[in-house]
Amino acid sequence: MSVSRFWREIPSRYNLSGGKCTSCNLINFPRRERCKDCGVSDFETIKLSGLGKILTYTKIHAAAEAFEHETPYYLAIIELEEGPRLTAQIVDAHKGEVSIGAEVESCFRKISEDGKAGAISYGYKFKPRK
Amino acid sequence: MNQEVAIIGIGMTKFGELWNRSFRQLFVEAGSEALEDAGIKSEEIGALFGGNMSAGQFIGQEHLASLIMDHSNMTPQPATRVEAACASGGLALRTAYMSIKSGMHDVVIAAGAEKMTDVLPSKTTGALATAADQEWEAGFGATFPGLYAMIARRHMHEFGTTEEQLASVSVKNHYNGSKNSKAQFQNEITIDDVLSSPMVADPLKLFDCSPVSDGAAALVLASAEKAKELCENPVWIAGSGQASDTLALHSRKSLTTLNATVEAGRQAYKQAGITSKDIGAAEVHDCFTIAELCAIEDLGFCEKGDGGKFTEQGETGLKGSMPVNTSGGLKTKGHPVGATGIAQAIEASLQLRGEAGDRQIDDVEYVLTHNVGGSGGTAAVHIFSR
Repeated sequence: MSVSRFWREIPSRYNLSGGKCTSCNLINFPRRERCKDCGVSDFETIKLSGLGKILTYTKIHAAAEAFEHETPYYLAIIELEEGPRLTAQIVDAHKGEVSIGAEVESCFRKISEDGKAGAISYGYKFKPRK
Repeated sequence: MNQEVAIIGIGMTKFGELWNRSFRQLFVEAGSEALEDAGIKSEEIGALFGGNMSAGQFIGQEHLASLIMDHSNMTPQPATRVEAACASGGLALRTAYMSIKSGMHDVVIAAGAEKMTDVLPSKTTGALATAADQEWEAGFGATFPGLYAMIARRHMHEFGTTEEQLASVSVKNHYNGSKNSKAQFQNEITIDDVLSSPMVADPLKLFDCSPVSDGAAALVLASAEKAKELCENPVWIAGSGQASDTLALHSRKSLTTLNATVEAGRQAYKQAGITSKDIGAAEVHDCFTIAELCAIEDLGFCEKGDGGKFTEQGETGLKGSMPVNTSGGLKTKGHPVGATGIAQAIEASLQLRGEAGDRQIDDVEYVLTHNVGGSGGTAAVHIFSR
């Protein structure tokens, strides 16, 4: 991903920054131009807690080029306490800790890099809540 | 103008890892076969609508409209490329259909083609993942098998679906594909073969996944007047539906129902004036085994959550109550993504023309095709009749 494309979304990627709709109060993450439910485009910026639970997951054995060196890795759809859902890797998990309903928390990790000399992309992954 | 539309000619290449064939050779072969089948010359074609997902990534070539018409000796007739990931073919068909329905054209070609094996597998995985949300799914490590694996895991959790039931989809489709000379794989397999194949994205194994394929397919469509003039065995398009859903899987309220499929199906059934009970055979989008289970549920062939049992009991087999993917499906026939939606319509045509050979379903009156883009962000459903 190009540096500028990544950089534009850094608040969401680093800080789980979302937008609370000033009309219907729905929390949109990542931020959108218009609220997913009511279509209004006025948001209050809020930082999500990073606490959530696993709705479903997989362990990826065949990955795209940028993630090939990490296989196998866990990937999950997580529902955050505030409501939004997202897709992220699960790390630091022992056997049996990744399951539907398991409670997880976000952590700040390296996501990918643009070759050996390119920019490193950071962002959220999730780990089991101790 | 609001006229009926028929398929009057069909053509497709063999699907597979066709190392010795180029993109150009593939689409010319499929198109020529369709024109020959229709018994008309290319000069009589008003326009071409071609489905292709990602020639830019697979062969570094865009501007396919010109490329196709140039090498098909069809300039200056117009061509339009249609893209909706793996539903590109289904949408090309629908666009071609609408061009006749509107009265703009009398005879057109709806085609699809993809050349996927000129790049390495990891590049292919990345290219296919562009059908997902690049910034919020693929950028965090999601792959296509990974997304469908998460649908499968949730389906197992909610409905008790088993890995054996998933495998039974693949076993059934391999049996059907063994009777299709155009299929990429023409061998039968067992449940154990599927369960012991290498893991791709847990719980989906290699034999739960459709392959990477090269291939092209083409249809000649005509208005009712032209069809009656040119063709003895037209296949009518009785219904056409299309719907959208969120790009990212995680944004959907249900992770086990593809709402785009439900909605596109509703439109097609309504237009055809029939229900799921009237369908005699269906070609559904089994890019992964779980996708076939979701499809037969979302299209109303069985209750939500019962897809696994329904398949395991043989109901979707050639001799079952609701034959699904008689061609072998994407799993066995192959999945050159842009060509798939067109190839599905070809199987529907063969069944309705009574030309499906060893996989022919008796007395079939309506055949449904179902083509999905991405993890369900787009779906196209068509219903065909004699």
